[in-house]
Amino acid sequence: MPNDAAHPSHNIDRDRLVDLYRTMRRIRAFEEAAEKASLDGLVGGAVHLSIGQEAVAAGVCANLRRTDQITTTHRGHGHCIAKGTDPGAMMLELFGKEGGTCGGKGGSMHIADFEVGMLGANGVVAAGIPIAVGAAHGAKLMGEDKVVVCFFGDGAINRGPFMEGLNWATVFKLPVLFVCEQNGFASTTHSDAVTGGGGANARAESLGLEAYEVDGNDVAAVDGLVGDLIPRIRGGGGPMFLSARTYRLKGHTSVDPALYRDQDHAAAQWDVDPLVRAAGELRRLGLADSDLAAIDSAAAGEMARVAETAEAAETPALQHAFADIQDIGAPVWESSS
Amino acid sequence: MSVISYQEAGCQAVAEEMRRDPSVWALGEDLGRGGVFGQYRGLIDEFGPERIADTPISEATIMGASVGAALVGTRPVVEMRFADFALCAVDEMVNQAAKARFMFGGQARVPMVIRQPSGMWRSSAAQHSQSLEAWYTHIPGLVVAAPYTPADNKGLLKSAIRCDDPVIYIEHKDNWALEGEVPDDDDFLVPLGPARLAREGADVTLVTWSKMVGVAEQAAELAAEKGIDMEIVDLRTLWPWDQDMVFASVEKTKRLMVVHEAVQVGGFGAEIAATVAEHMAHVLVAPIRRLGAPRAPISYAKPLEDLLRITPAKILATALEQMQR
Repeated sequence: MPNDAAHPSHNIDRDRLVDLYRTMRRIRAFEEAAEKASLDGLVGGAVHLSIGQEAVAAGVCANLRRTDQITTTHRGHGHCIAKGTDPGAMMLELFGKEGGTCGGKGGSMHIADFEVGMLGANGVVAAGIPIAVGAAHGAKLMGEDKVVVCFFGDGAINRGPFMEGLNWATVFKLPVLFVCEQNGFASTTHSDAVTGGGGANARAESLGLEAYEVDGNDVAAVDGLVGDLIPRIRGGGGPMFLSARTYRLKGHTSVDPALYRDQDHAAAQWDVDPLVRAAGELRRLGLADSDLAAIDSAAAGEMARVAETAEAAETPALQHAFADIQDIGAPVWESSS
Repeated sequence: MSVISYQEAGCQAVAEEMRRDPSVWALGEDLGRGGVFGQYRGLIDEFGPERIADTPISEATIMGASVGAALVGTRPVVEMRFADFALCAVDEMVNQAAKARFMFGGQARVPMVIRQPSGMWRSSAAQHSQSLEAWYTHIPGLVVAAPYTPADNKGLLKSAIRCDDPVIYIEHKDNWALEGEVPDDDDFLVPLGPARLAREGADVTLVTWSKMVGVAEQAAELAAEKGIDMEIVDLRTLWPWDQDMVFASVEKTKRLMVVHEAVQVGGFGAEIAATVAEHMAHVLVAPIRRLGAPRAPISYAKPLEDLLRITPAKILATALEQMQR
């Protein structure tokens, strides 16, 4: 089985690592602002935070072009930011406000930004897999030079669309990178307790995909490996599979205290948090603490501002409840209704 | 005009639209051999295996991949083989295809046609015989069409392929061999929405669709012998349905019967009956009647299967009752 041994993280260029760190820090700051807004009752619905998983989003998307596309999950804020979606529009969406990525009609679980190739988060586990496969199939039919990255978690590998979608990608030799973020949990259940056999990579290999593993908390390792895989996929090498082992530092949702896990183990994971590790590496490469602090405070400031703006923004006009349903047969808006 | 079958009409529709628009393609099981009912016969020779794609038996991914391919600008024609098998792909149809445009605030469209061969046919039993069109009329975002004539199967399917929203396209398996005059014109389209007045009459309005139009026409012949002049509205599109034509007909006849092969309970006939009752109770001289199947799975044994069918005799009996009032 191919592995990540050939991809030591420590040969990364410092400037590139600074960029990756900045992306991760912006994701973290967005998630912290979203968490606060959720706990303050300003953001409705369920908010699934990707705190602890930022290295996967940043390391993968740093290797994509704007025209490349991704699908993501209910835990998808990080992937959106890393692919280039404006956090201001995302925060407006979380608040259900005008100007949100989806006009306030989708919320956290349905953020999409087709301008940057972000084909949608999804509220149904594994549902993004066939969609990503189809986007790649469509691109191939139209002769477009495009790679599609499909993000999902270890909970998704027990749903049928996982098997069907991987098989489909192999059969049609589609340009897809499947990225399984193994955060250890399927909702509030330990993934290992509900997964048979050899797990994600064994399943992928059995369906004919090259499958790789990477330390998903080491952003330089993710970046390095994905940087090798994407050109091969783009060159017609067929679909590939990447398992990134990481850890969900928060609960399933913003209000889940995650008491079902070993609390000592969970606390220790903060020490190997991808941001802590990348910061350590940057210091080793000579970056000053003040430079790191400047990145951190810029990210915190940016996300505090987008949250303030979102709180103050207007809710969507009521007629949008009936807009963009279908061209014929949609309900007709009457202002008196 | 040419006289061709319902099956050939559907095949022509796909071929013409594929010639017209390179982003149109079809995918499903066994399409390379023409599809299980021959409704793609010969297309692979003209368009090749990329655009007439043989897929794994993976209904969820046939549907889900089509959603993805539609979101990026192609127009998939999705073959489900039997309407019953579309139930393996309900998440992809209902949660994904129907909602993507709305959830994403109108950023993307999902132009796909979902062909679902439906209905009782040659003792196919409980998992290959269902008529589930009513389910889809309930889902915002979906258009639902169910043509009866070969001409409508061509013209509506072409419109469905050109539609920018997902269309559930119900073809009755018992209609494949039905022949009729079909325009040869490449630009022949039947718009989604308007119904067709299949028979003009003065005494009772019968609203129906798909194969039941033919059964209703036979019933109308029997009724004529009894001096009853039935008007038949072939709905063609179930969502949105043509209220104007139905209301105008009921205004004239003052009697309404809705007939469908699907189970009567919760069937689409209930929606039509309720809508007419809400708006036109003052016009009606007899209670609205619905004729649909008993709420029983469809049997294999022919006499048991036949028990569930709507027949011309059942329609006639209902019309006679309505004329007593």
